[in-house]
Amino acid sequence: MSKYTEDDLKIELENKEYEYGFYTDIESETFPIGLNEEIVRAISLKKEEPQWMTDWRIEAFRAWQEMIEPEWANVHYEKPDFQAISYYSAPKAVDPNKTLDDVDPDLLEMYKKLGISIDEQKMMNNVAMDIVVDSVSVATTFKKTLGEKGIIFCPISEAIKEHPELVQKYLGTVVPQRDNFYAALNSAVFSDGSFCYIPKGVRCPMELSTYFRINQAGTGQFERTLLIADEGSYVSYLEGCTAPSRDENQLHAAVVELIALDNAEIKYSTVQNWYPGNKEGKGGVYNFVTKRGLCEKNAKISWTQVETGSAVTWKYPSCILKGDNSIGEFYSIAVTNNFQQADTGTKMIHIGKNTKSTIISKGISAGKSHNSYRGLVRVGAGADNARNFSQCDSLLMGNNCSANTFPYIESKNTSAKIEHEATTSKIGEDQVFYCNQRGIPTEKAIALIVNGFSKEVLNKLPMEFAVEAQKLLEISLEGSVG
Amino acid sequence: MLSIKNLHASIEDKEILKGINLEVKAGEVHAIMGPNGAGKSTLSSIIAGNENYTVTDGEILLEGEDISELAPEERAHKGVFLSFQYPVEIPGVSVTNFMKTAINESRKARGQEDMPANEMLKLIREKSELLEIDRKFLSRSLNEGFSGGEKKRNEIFQMAMLEPKLAILDETDSGLDIDALRIVANGVNKLKSKDNAVIVITHYQRLLEYIVPDFVHVLHDGKIVKSGGKELALELEEKGYDWLKA
Repeated sequence: MSKYTEDDLKIELENKEYEYGFYTDIESETFPIGLNEEIVRAISLKKEEPQWMTDWRIEAFRAWQEMIEPEWANVHYEKPDFQAISYYSAPKAVDPNKTLDDVDPDLLEMYKKLGISIDEQKMMNNVAMDIVVDSVSVATTFKKTLGEKGIIFCPISEAIKEHPELVQKYLGTVVPQRDNFYAALNSAVFSDGSFCYIPKGVRCPMELSTYFRINQAGTGQFERTLLIADEGSYVSYLEGCTAPSRDENQLHAAVVELIALDNAEIKYSTVQNWYPGNKEGKGGVYNFVTKRGLCEKNAKISWTQVETGSAVTWKYPSCILKGDNSIGEFYSIAVTNNFQQADTGTKMIHIGKNTKSTIISKGISAGKSHNSYRGLVRVGAGADNARNFSQCDSLLMGNNCSANTFPYIESKNTSAKIEHEATTSKIGEDQVFYCNQRGIPTEKAIALIVNGFSKEVLNKLPMEFAVEAQKLLEISLEGSVG
Repeated sequence: MLSIKNLHASIEDKEILKGINLEVKAGEVHAIMGPNGAGKSTLSSIIAGNENYTVTDGEILLEGEDISELAPEERAHKGVFLSFQYPVEIPGVSVTNFMKTAINESRKARGQEDMPANEMLKLIREKSELLEIDRKFLSRSLNEGFSGGEKKRNEIFQMAMLEPKLAILDETDSGLDIDALRIVANGVNKLKSKDNAVIVITHYQRLLEYIVPDFVHVLHDGKIVKSGGKELALELEEKGYDWLKA
């Protein structure tokens, strides 16, 4: 018997298709391609939005027209043609009164393929699902349980109509319309997303989750999420994505705004697995996301992310620590393989006194990919006794990938304490041989080593996500040792 | 059990093993001694399947089957175990998790289901008691921050868990104080049976006072230059290796 070498393994894995690369044909209503004020108005009209919302979008669109696409990130890609994208696509004939039983069987089939069958989710009954497929939410569950606690969890399009006072008060307060190029674009054309409000003193009894999915070819997706935790409340929110395989690049420019009022706590976890492109670097999702949270007094926001997908990732979930004693955390695992590029990290803006932040970033690069951590820790003049601890670890596989760390530290207060640690390591042949000798094949050995490396972050994920995330790490890195 | 015939091996075109012949039967303990650079560790690496070495001639038979073309994990599944001289660290992976993975991979290769959790726990409890290992130790990251003694004891713990047919202990005594040495040696002795075999690679006679070999071989310049009973070890202790080099 001839030896099964790493090269054989590589070939086998390169031929493995993207596991979630399938396409479900749902009749959709899609706008013509291109973007102008008329399109923005049409989106707003289509969604039956009030005038203030239309105006807000138009304001954003005008700002966006004046802006230029940022180029400072350590990523290289062909810029999307914003006039070649359709900005609205909705599965047809959505009836807000329909139950899960009425959902398109094709869709249900799709969830099954993704391993997130709604039936299962229902039975697990600790997870309420608000599923976003191509811009319009088609299924909402657990509304009743949440409703009893006064929790609002619904598509943002619905919130705009039914809770305009909350949306108007908070939308754009953390990520303003003109914050950056992609945020402005999102503000103008966002299709849908989730809205969540946790009333004062309420501890949300279940993990809230939303699965996003890009489905229609050539349709950019522009999610908008707004999550408000009122004084003394707590919520844990999960977001996970997979996307079907496509040849042309797909644009994804989401905005997530979190508001944690006095003594509130928000845990926001993401598993991102958009289509990364094929092994030649063709296709794949462009993921340009703006995520930011605001902490009032004694509030806490934790971002946890596992990023394995997308051809290009540009993403910096951040915390503005405005209130005294507020806490910001960022736990991240970013995996890049083949030709993927990621420039991701966080910003911790210390404004209040005694504010604390923790950053744990684990970057894993394989293939010919580029993986950069970019983080800013800024301590304002009034942020007495601010504390930050940052740790950025990189793990390299093979000799053709790269890892970079770009930490920015700005302190205007002499009482601040900021620590930054960084390491870079390579998976060693001796580690793999040691595992092999104990009967563990190379592929499994790598999964084990990577999971060990990422453990501090994986431990921060809610249980059901942690399992999924570990699986994703394995899939993403198969055959990448060199 | 193990039969090595005319084994030649090299690394980067440098020949290290120059015709090794070795016959190890079930129930036997063999000691391989020899000066630094004689090829002792190379021999153990090659039996385990380290691909950095190239076997240029000869064969390695395990229970009559030639294993020299098999991947290291396949050899492990057939019952070859190597206690490393320098066990590597795997941060974030606990000893328990590592063992669980290793055992289940071997079971999978044999077409068996994963070991049920309760059985696994029972096995861990039993083997850790055998080797006087504190259970807290098992939740630590594999070899990370372990003392020399802890690393070696962990190797023997793994051996106990995996119950190999052929165990090769590569310089297991190095870095051990006398108490740790006694515990490790007792562990090995308890694991010894008429169905398995042990090869002890060592520099010194010290370990052999605790793990008494049936045969002692002296390796020099890639060849076994002398074989004998356990008294050969004592003779080497007294005279050194020089008289054999001539």
